[in-house]
Amino acid sequence: MASVKLDLAPLRQAAAWHWAEYAFWLMPVLAYFAFGENLSLLSQIAIAALFCLSLDLILGYAGIVSLGHAAFFGLGAYAAGLLAKYGWGDPLLGLAGAAAFAAAAGFVTSFLVLRGSDLTRLMVTLGVAMMLFEAANKLTDFTGGVDGLQGVEVKPVLGMFGFDLYGKTAYWYSLAVLFVMFWLARRLVHSPFGLSLRGIRQNVGRMPAIGAPVNGRLVVIYTIGAAYAGVAGGLLTQTTQFVSLDVLSFSRSAELLLILVLGGTGRLYGALIGSMVFMAAHHFLSDINPQYWQFWLGAALVVIVLFARDGIMGLLGKLPVPGRKPS
Amino acid sequence: MSAVLETRDLSKQFGGFIACNNVSLSIEAGARHALIGPNGAGKTTLINLLTGFLEPSAGDVFLKGDNVTHLAQHQRVKRGLVRTFQINQLFAEMTVLESVTLSVCERLGLGWSWWKPVGAHTAAIDEAAELLATLHLLDVAHTQTRSLAYGRQRMIEIALALAAKPQVLLLDEPAAGVPTDESRELFATIARLPREVTIVLIEHDMDLVFRFADKISVLVGGALLTEDVPEVIAKDRRVREVYLGEALDG
Ligand SMILES: Nc1ncnc2c1ncn2[C@@H]1O[C@H](COP(=O)(O)OP(=O)(O)OP(=O)(O)O)[C@@H](O)[C@H]1O
Ligand SMILES: [Mg+2]
Repeated sequence: MASVKLDLAPLRQAAAWHWAEYAFWLMPVLAYFAFGENLSLLSQIAIAALFCLSLDLILGYAGIVSLGHAAFFGLGAYAAGLLAKYGWGDPLLGLAGAAAFAAAAGFVTSFLVLRGSDLTRLMVTLGVAMMLFEAANKLTDFTGGVDGLQGVEVKPVLGMFGFDLYGKTAYWYSLAVLFVMFWLARRLVHSPFGLSLRGIRQNVGRMPAIGAPVNGRLVVIYTIGAAYAGVAGGLLTQTTQFVSLDVLSFSRSAELLLILVLGGTGRLYGALIGSMVFMAAHHFLSDINPQYWQFWLGAALVVIVLFARDGIMGLLGKLPVPGRKPS
Repeated sequence: MSAVLETRDLSKQFGGFIACNNVSLSIEAGARHALIGPNGAGKTTLINLLTGFLEPSAGDVFLKGDNVTHLAQHQRVKRGLVRTFQINQLFAEMTVLESVTLSVCERLGLGWSWWKPVGAHTAAIDEAAELLATLHLLDVAHTQTRSLAYGRQRMIEIALALAAKPQVLLLDEPAAGVPTDESRELFATIARLPREVTIVLIEHDMDLVFRFADKISVLVGGALLTEDVPEVIAKDRRVREVYLGEALDG
């Protein structure tokens, strides 16, 4: 059917890996050697990046705004923690449990965010997360309440790599999980399913008129996003061997939204780069002076929302880079 | 000929306002059926009821003999009932080829497929490209929809619908706001569609309507005033009074 004279390459090869992506993924490997004394920070960045990726899937692609995404992060964190505490300490099994638990909660609550405006969705997601926070706070027998969940004992990864004091295993494990999850998400967003999500974000009213079941698509991506967040939460539990109540906190949800906007929505790498920049800046600036950090964070947010709507990724996209794909 | 699309006593109320009043309409398979009426007559509302965009307050819609009154929009699209919008409903940040490919993918049932990239679904892309070729949109295939001139965007509005391979196509003022020469091209495109596609056209330009339609239904104040072949409608005194008067004299 090559009767049409049109170069289809831009669409045919839209999902091909770009050289800048290979370069990007070299960074965390080099970081291991360059910042070997800061491995716990690097692990935190990888976990934050995975968490942010999960929000990008639902917000950046499907257009569902959320101020309560920590709900799923927290559920995953507790699920992994409780599994490990009661004898199911295998890390991958723990992540599967975290994903399943968070996904189930995502599936159920997805029906609450199907309808309604952005404001409704913000309030509903916020409300769900607040309820979970309070529930975890009260169920002290289960969660340890404000004291946190103690006694989390995680077995070696794949039965071979025990979690060490330096955080080496924790880092490579977090990074590997992040990469695999990213790779799956990357496949998803470039697929027809991913294209339909972009369609929903750009014009939800047109989608049913071309035969797309919008609600079904939203339920599925919200469930997937919740599972991703759950895995991120599970990772935090496993790498720190502890769950504190603030995995479910409002500030975690709000910060997440901020990081994604900072990095740029709807391009996966925005979530990763946003997390890197945010966590690194947080680490170094708040050491100097906590107020200083809050001030500049606020300033950066205002500037980005007003003048650089597409965040860091949008700015990077404006750089003249050889061989860059048209976005 | 048999009716491919039918309504029985279809009504829609917005609060106390009756936008569609007991409309019983029958569209023959293969017809070129025009729906006319003054502004606010309820033409768009009727399309919204036919396609499931709105739920009727009373009455039923039949598509190929099946009662589809309670089917969702996308389910009716799957059964061949496809519309365009009076006000463009496009995917602003997608390229033209991407958005038409999206519509083709949905028709091919690929909307849930998440493993292979869009680019690997060559049949869908080829089909989208061929559709763009027939609509003379190839030159803008890789252009973002939002940066196109309005006339081109209006054409994409139709392309998205055609990609769904309609059996019944409902066109809500397809050339509204399009410059004359482009509007002529647009109607030429519509006229070229095969007879297997039943077309319902809402249009205010009476010259176009009389040239295009083999049957005309006149809506006034939400109710069906009359319907007949163009020659009869043109002579109908009531129609001239409520609607055509200005258009024909002016
Ligand atoms: N969602 C709604 N809520 C309240 N009133 C509505 C709604 N949709 C349409 N109406 C009213 O119903 C009437 C019919 O509107 P409709 O859009 O169907 O007219 P139309 O025949 O398509 O007009 P036009 O030629 O201007 O497009 C109008 O008076 C309109 O204000
Ligand atoms: Mg109208």
